[in-house]
Amino acid sequence: MSGNTESSSSGGSGTPTERTGLMSSSSSTRPANPEATGIFNNSSAVGNSAPLSESRQLDNRAENGRYRRQTDNTNENSSRPSPQNSGGDDEEEETFMYGANNVIMLFVPVTLCMAVVVATISSVTFYSAKPDSYLIYTPFHDQTDNTGTKLWQSFANAFILLGVICVLTIVLLLLYKFRCYKVIHGWLIVSSLMLLFLFSYIYLGEVLRAYNVPMDYVTVIILMWNFGVVGMVCIHWKGPLILQQAYLIMISALMALIFIKYLPDWTTWVVLGVMVVWDLVAVLCPKGPLRVLVETAQERNEPIFPALIYSSTMMWSSIGMADEDHSKKNRKKSESSNVTEETGASESVGGNDEDDQEGGFPDHVATSRSVMTSSTESTRARSAVHALGNQNNFTTVSDPDRPTNAEQRQNQQNGSQNPAQDDEERGVKLGLGDFIFYGVLVGKASSNGDWNTTLACFVAILIGLCFTLLLLAIFKKALPALPISITFGLVFNFATSALVRPFMDSLASEQVYI
Amino acid sequence: MTLMEFFGCAFISFGLPLAMFIFTIAQDPLRIIVLIASGFFWLLSLLLSSILWYAVVPLRNQLAFGLVFSVFFQELFRFLFYKLLRRADEGLKKVSQVSGDENITPKDINNKHIMAYVSGFGYGVLSGAFSIVNVLADMAGPGTIGILGDSQYFFLTTAFLTLCFIMLHTFWGVIFFNALDTKRYYLVAGVVLSHLLVSCLTLLNQRTAERHESLYLASLIPAYVVMIIAAFWAFITAGGSLQNIKIAFTCRKGRYEMD
Repeated sequence: MSGNTESSSSGGSGTPTERTGLMSSSSSTRPANPEATGIFNNSSAVGNSAPLSESRQLDNRAENGRYRRQTDNTNENSSRPSPQNSGGDDEEEETFMYGANNVIMLFVPVTLCMAVVVATISSVTFYSAKPDSYLIYTPFHDQTDNTGTKLWQSFANAFILLGVICVLTIVLLLLYKFRCYKVIHGWLIVSSLMLLFLFSYIYLGEVLRAYNVPMDYVTVIILMWNFGVVGMVCIHWKGPLILQQAYLIMISALMALIFIKYLPDWTTWVVLGVMVVWDLVAVLCPKGPLRVLVETAQERNEPIFPALIYSSTMMWSSIGMADEDHSKKNRKKSESSNVTEETGASESVGGNDEDDQEGGFPDHVATSRSVMTSSTESTRARSAVHALGNQNNFTTVSDPDRPTNAEQRQNQQNGSQNPAQDDEERGVKLGLGDFIFYGVLVGKASSNGDWNTTLACFVAILIGLCFTLLLLAIFKKALPALPISITFGLVFNFATSALVRPFMDSLASEQVYI
Repeated sequence: MTLMEFFGCAFISFGLPLAMFIFTIAQDPLRIIVLIASGFFWLLSLLLSSILWYAVVPLRNQLAFGLVFSVFFQELFRFLFYKLLRRADEGLKKVSQVSGDENITPKDINNKHIMAYVSGFGYGVLSGAFSIVNVLADMAGPGTIGILGDSQYFFLTTAFLTLCFIMLHTFWGVIFFNALDTKRYYLVAGVVLSHLLVSCLTLLNQRTAERHESLYLASLIPAYVVMIIAAFWAFITAGGSLQNIKIAFTCRKGRYEMD
């Protein structure tokens, strides 16, 4: 299974879309946002399995926890509770395995993204000023004071935008269904190229202009080249996890800024409202495109493209892991080789020196990420099937519940063989689209100059995210992340700017404290 | 100059809370969540009081009316948050992942004062942020206050009062939760009354037709006195004593433990 062997190097020249600048700018979000919009991948979905610490903590249930891990590996996420498991009690326990840690792991990036957007909006006037032209998806932008006209125009704009999003999502889905990985990768690469080079160039220019800093073109070119190339490498190929996350946050913030600038004022609010509904439909309807996408990905046992999803921990096919491997290997080498290595084709290669130099892939035939993926996936699948096959001794098959040091190192060593056992892999995932729309909401709230509104939106979004994660823990399937947060955010935005703001303003000016 | 004023006032009001956040809350994810949740509850209470203030048109210029009801709403929501927190204890126990094998209850749940402190702090931080953030934004701006006859101590007073309220909310949180736990309702009444007292005293900051100077000292000094009393009370409530302080200052391992 999981033979996406035809998918070749991710560096494939992608020219699937010939669009003009602005168009492809938002085509870059399109895949990003719908796809991602609220895909918290459940552990069993793409990521992984009960956290080790959990199973350790519940000592007497260690067996169970271990069993879970194995089942998760078998990709049978829908039929979670296996019959021979004793008790819903353990179910309960596992419900909360997305503990507080995971919530914070999402809080931090979401906060950072919003902070970048808000800081930019409040210091660089370019992004809050009225633009000369709007996105081509929003043809109606008359400067009228007539509420009725404004209303229908913004609804019309929002629905056109929604239509574009639908079409692009479905195109993405179809491409994925028919395994046109090259096209998808090309698409993603072109759009991230746009964002990383063109939009960040514009951003840099505006920031420099706002602070009145002169800078020569040579410096700018060197800066942009380094920024962009490192970003491309980190997002699409390999790089330290933290760098990948930073770039994804940066991209989302840039995209949110573009939306804030180029959408007409009222259209933005309507778009946010419409996105809530769309997100609900796309993720929760039985035939919703995003749901189908996630399910297909689960069926094929592969992760969704890293350019579309922020992952709080190692994307487990992504290269972070190889990176980990590498360092571990180096350390191990320096220590000395008293670790007994299991014999195995890939491992013996992995122990070699030249491999260390090359980034630590055991089988360095696999230069592209996707091929890597397929190979690790298949091994994982194989071991999982194996585990399922003889359920009686699966606990002994491959279970480093409390590995000794050597064992652990060895496990790290063959990380590509047994990726499922890496502690670090669990974690939640959040689509970049969620980041973008959170950013849009908070940025838009801050653009009218009232910090109370911004704060209220920020708190409301975080609380919404908390609720969503709570629901995720209960329902254990991919959930849309926009609805609760954005609804809270919208309610608090309008309530604060209409009701709370005058109250607080008069309190603050009179220095009366409540 | 304005920038210096901005940073000075920002650190007066948020320096101490920032340090408290970093040393006592930032490391623990569960506490951060509780912090934000209690902030959200404060936000709800503010929204409710704004609605009331907005709805009663004739009294819109009388801040005293909105203020009194706002105090009651805040304390009501503090009570609701208390209820929620106690109901969620079981869940929180599971959420906070403890390292180690045994099934120990995490410290945060066993020691009820920690969550009380965190939620009080969340209340305080958000109320402080809401009352000063726009003033801070104006502070950084090109102009400053005092040219048209306003008091030159406007910003400074705002900053110090904000700090006072953040700390007061924290202490009130500890006292209030403990009072409900031990069913000593006179303490609950005490919290509400002292909140009402301090808030009403800040009405003296207003400049009215017959009184052109703000009576800053008349509001600041009592507020800080109440704060010190509340701090003392909260310290005793949370099991503090002179001996604890002595131990805290002697060097030994693990002295940062909160238990």
